[in-house]
Amino acid sequence: MSNITNQSLSEILESIKSKKISSLELTQAYIKNIENAKKLNAFVTTTFDQALENAKKFDNKPNNEQLLSGVPLAVKDLFCTENVKTTAGSNILNNFVPSYESTVTKNLWNNGAFLLGKLNCDEFAMGSSNETSFFGNVINPVGDHLVPGGSSGGSSSALAADLTPATIGTDTGGSIRQPASFTGTVGLKPTYGLCSRWGIVAFASSLDQAGPMTKTVNDCSIMLEAMSGFDEKDSTSINKKKETYSKNLKDNIKGLKIGIPKEYRVDNMPKEIDELWEKGKKILKDLGAQLIDISLPHTKYALPTYYIVAPAEASSNLARYDGVRYGYRSQKGKDLIEMYENTRSEGFGDEVKRRILIGTYVLSSGYYDAYYLKAQKVRQLIKKDFDDSFTKVDAILTPSTPSSAFKIGEKTNDPVSMYLNDIFTVPVNLAGLPALSLPAGLDKQGYPLGLQLIGKALDEQKILNIGYAFEKNCGYKNEIKKWWS
Amino acid sequence: MSLDKEKIKHVAKLARISVDEAKVNSLTKDLNSIFKFIEQLNELNTDKVEPLTSILNQSLRSRKDEISDGKIREKILKNSPKKNEEFFCSSKGG
Repeated sequence: MSNITNQSLSEILESIKSKKISSLELTQAYIKNIENAKKLNAFVTTTFDQALENAKKFDNKPNNEQLLSGVPLAVKDLFCTENVKTTAGSNILNNFVPSYESTVTKNLWNNGAFLLGKLNCDEFAMGSSNETSFFGNVINPVGDHLVPGGSSGGSSSALAADLTPATIGTDTGGSIRQPASFTGTVGLKPTYGLCSRWGIVAFASSLDQAGPMTKTVNDCSIMLEAMSGFDEKDSTSINKKKETYSKNLKDNIKGLKIGIPKEYRVDNMPKEIDELWEKGKKILKDLGAQLIDISLPHTKYALPTYYIVAPAEASSNLARYDGVRYGYRSQKGKDLIEMYENTRSEGFGDEVKRRILIGTYVLSSGYYDAYYLKAQKVRQLIKKDFDDSFTKVDAILTPSTPSSAFKIGEKTNDPVSMYLNDIFTVPVNLAGLPALSLPAGLDKQGYPLGLQLIGKALDEQKILNIGYAFEKNCGYKNEIKKWWS
Repeated sequence: MSLDKEKIKHVAKLARISVDEAKVNSLTKDLNSIFKFIEQLNELNTDKVEPLTSILNQSLRSRKDEISDGKIREKILKNSPKKNEEFFCSSKGG
């Protein structure tokens, strides 16, 4: 029982069902872990009283028919939670208490889970290291000097440190997969439209997608099943039959064709990443998959495209923060315009302001064609690269990131070097595809490294199956020492 | 192209963000390095490419024009930094 929080979500669910542990005991165990892990700064808000109340309610009248029966979950603070402060890691939403629940979190609660707390993240999910949060940077449990990745850095840190049995993040350019890779956990960015965006603080609406972050691939399939589904309230939600990913999870991948894109071998990539990729290829080949060399010729243009499209969408999404209807308001300014300008200047951090300015510029009169329209055309080419490849292969294997977790402060003075961290994850968002990051090994410093499986649109089951087979044969063990408690 | 300080101040005005004079220099440097990076796209000829407007193979759904909620004025006003009875208040007055 003392080790319950080390276990996977599926093992925990089993223990609850068989009454080996009560929901209350489980919740108390996580609360204890969270209280001992303040150094990690993974939480912005905790909802312990509410969680204990919900746990007791479950124990009094257990319903074990649900996917997430009796399980407390912490979620990224980008999901609106009814009557619980939702900040998006920003000063401008520091006092915002939503009067509604996001569809995705509501789906989790409808499946038997309940809220444990809200997890720190980069401000408005803009960042790759969780260093842009108004609430301070989050520490990677792998080492006290390391970033946990971003923007879902509170989520990856809390999961790897056993502060929540599973969690959810959002991924606009890699914000689930990169932090998963940096902490030795599993992260899935689903197909655009599979999980509702309703009630998620918007960053870039054509790229944002919520997804699970878990300890195992099986857990990932359970969480995806619980959170996904059609939602009338999101006009880009895909209306299709709900899938039972966990029940259909299979480890037989014989005969599947795995594409290996040559463009993902980038300059100055550490040898270890290359070796990891080779190891991944060998594992899949030994399991009977067929490796096929492919080309995604416009890969190098994905990041520049992303840094036009995402800021453009962000600049219009973030126009809503005006200090009038909700959020922070500056007390300075002699008229309405000055109040807006001061509110936004004091309320947003530097990275968010940079991106709003980039977005405003690329959409402004006289520059729209040269930047925004150009980027939308290149986005078409990037999507076509994937469409062409998926006529030949079932899935694509790449590294998740070009390095392991970097040091806190290492990249904060150079925005472009920070952006380059998302070089392998961004193309997937531009093409709207699903991709799974799997822990695959350690570098020579002992820091986790991940591999990424990219699938066709709505082919989550296949990449989960490949990931499941990979996980069984990879021999990866996350051995994080609990130095913080 | 490069962005000068005046241009950046103009864009900041459009975005309704006041920029500290002390920060304009570092902001100019950062934005110029980002635009240099972005402008790699100019290597590509995209004359014959249609811009991508939707990543989904479906058009945006619209719902029926019917009232589906309402009578939630209190809820909506709850998070306002300044309100007066049933109104939001902007900067002065109230």
